Amino acid sequence: MSAAAQGTSKAAHSDVGPKKKKGPGALATAYLVIYNVVMTAGWLVIAVGLVRAYLARGSYHGLYYSIEKPLKFFQTGALLEILHCAVGIVPSSVVLTGFQVMSRVFLTWAVTHSIREVQSEDSVLLFVTAWTVTEIIRYSFYTFSLLNHLPYLIKWARYTFFIVLYPMGVSGELLTIYAALPYVQKTGLYSVTLPNKYNFSFDYYSFLILVMISYIPLFPQLYFHMIRQRKKVLGHTEDYSKVE
Amino acid sequence: MFHKSHPQWYPARQSIRLDPKGKSLKDEDVLQHLPVGTTATFYFRDLGAQISWVTVFLTEYTGPLVIYLLFYFRVPFIYAPKYDFTTSKHWVVHLACMCHSFHYVKRLLETLFVHRFSHGTMPLRNIFKNCTYYWGFAAWMAYYINHPLYTPPTYGEQQIRLALIIFLFCQIGNFSIHIALRNLRPPGSKTRKIPYPTKNPFTWIFLLVSCPNYTYELGSWLGFTLMTQCLPVAFFTLVGFIQMTVWAKGKHRSYLKEFRDYPPLRSPILPFVL
Repeated sequence: MSAAAQGTSKAAHSDVGPKKKKGPGALATAYLVIYNVVMTAGWLVIAVGLVRAYLARGSYHGLYYSIEKPLKFFQTGALLEILHCAVGIVPSSVVLTGFQVMSRVFLTWAVTHSIREVQSEDSVLLFVTAWTVTEIIRYSFYTFSLLNHLPYLIKWARYTFFIVLYPMGVSGELLTIYAALPYVQKTGLYSVTLPNKYNFSFDYYSFLILVMISYIPLFPQLYFHMIRQRKKVLGHTEDYSKVE
Repeated sequence: MFHKSHPQWYPARQSIRLDPKGKSLKDEDVLQHLPVGTTATFYFRDLGAQISWVTVFLTEYTGPLVIYLLFYFRVPFIYAPKYDFTTSKHWVVHLACMCHSFHYVKRLLETLFVHRFSHGTMPLRNIFKNCTYYWGFAAWMAYYINHPLYTPPTYGEQQIRLALIIFLFCQIGNFSIHIALRNLRPPGSKTRKIPYPTKNPFTWIFLLVSCPNYTYELGSWLGFTLMTQCLPVAFFTLVGFIQMTVWAKGKHRSYLKEFRDYPPLRSPILPFVL
């Protein structure tokens, strides 16, 4: 799912006003700045790649192939963010971050990469675009926050664009998984049947359907969490220039 | 007394403290011994709907017992109709059913007659969470073990025999620990003491481990995994191990905090390792 909510997930603490945060040390901050700059750059590369490919071909069709490699590289790189939370240099929940990153990685590798036939679907473009815009804003937001110079525009964008991007991304993701279903069923991809010596079975087709169903309870929760964060963050424009 | 003026907040739901951010007062605390002057201010917190530990344990353990048997007897709508009410041709499947059932009957009896709980209740939502976990995993494991296409262990009788020995050894061990812990605490009290090895050899593991009940529990499920050679069982064992390690570490930490003379050689759950 579009990881728009990452970094603001400590809802339990957000009603305790400006708090004394220890925050990452100087070395960690330097590392995080570099990390976030690199990620911003990466997703900009993907954005530019999409635009150039569109202009060259003249159509939206099959743009995935032009950005396939950087998409895989930078989206997979986001796994580091789980480590950042685990180690404590980023104050987000490991579980929440893990969940969000894994769902992205799942869509990138276990659906789009694995099932050739869906790669030319327009739904792929839909979620890739949503992810790209979201990530460019998100990573620049973190970069500026770490440097204590957060332009209001970036903060505003981070807490506003998601209103459209999040549903857009979710739609693209769901449509892509849906498109993948017949191929998974036909080829038995990633599925294990009985009998076998470990007495285990796994039906990837059913699993994908369950994943789609899980969006129903999960997406609204994440979406409304961001909406609440938006009210909180954009409501106090005079208080602080940096927000977690 | 508070309950009289606010009837919806029965005592088990009340958390009373002297300081809003402090720890809750215990049931046994006496007003005269508290650090307050001539007037005292108490802060109340609603812990939410509560349910007794005994009720939760009985419910969460009866489920797996019953559910596993439904699969064992191949009740309709689980497997293909031609298998309804048939029995497995593999003797290890019958053995596994006996072990699994024995395990949960033991747990139920311990809940009723052995354990002495320090807290009477837990939040109501825990029963849903816990039952989903126990009942869900029981169904998942039982489905494969009792499946018509079940494949018995690769090393046959040798493997099953070894597994059974491990399983029984750890069941006895786990029970011994529960008895030892029970005997630390007089009936109806909530005292906490350091557990020590007793005459029972199964308790000598207290020399090396703070929570040997969890150690033995892990052992039992490793035995069951070996016996059934079933990946879902291995997975259940792993998840249980992770949870028990979290609990063991917490318990170990509270032992260290509470008792100055706590034996330093002990680890939370695995000797020398974890």
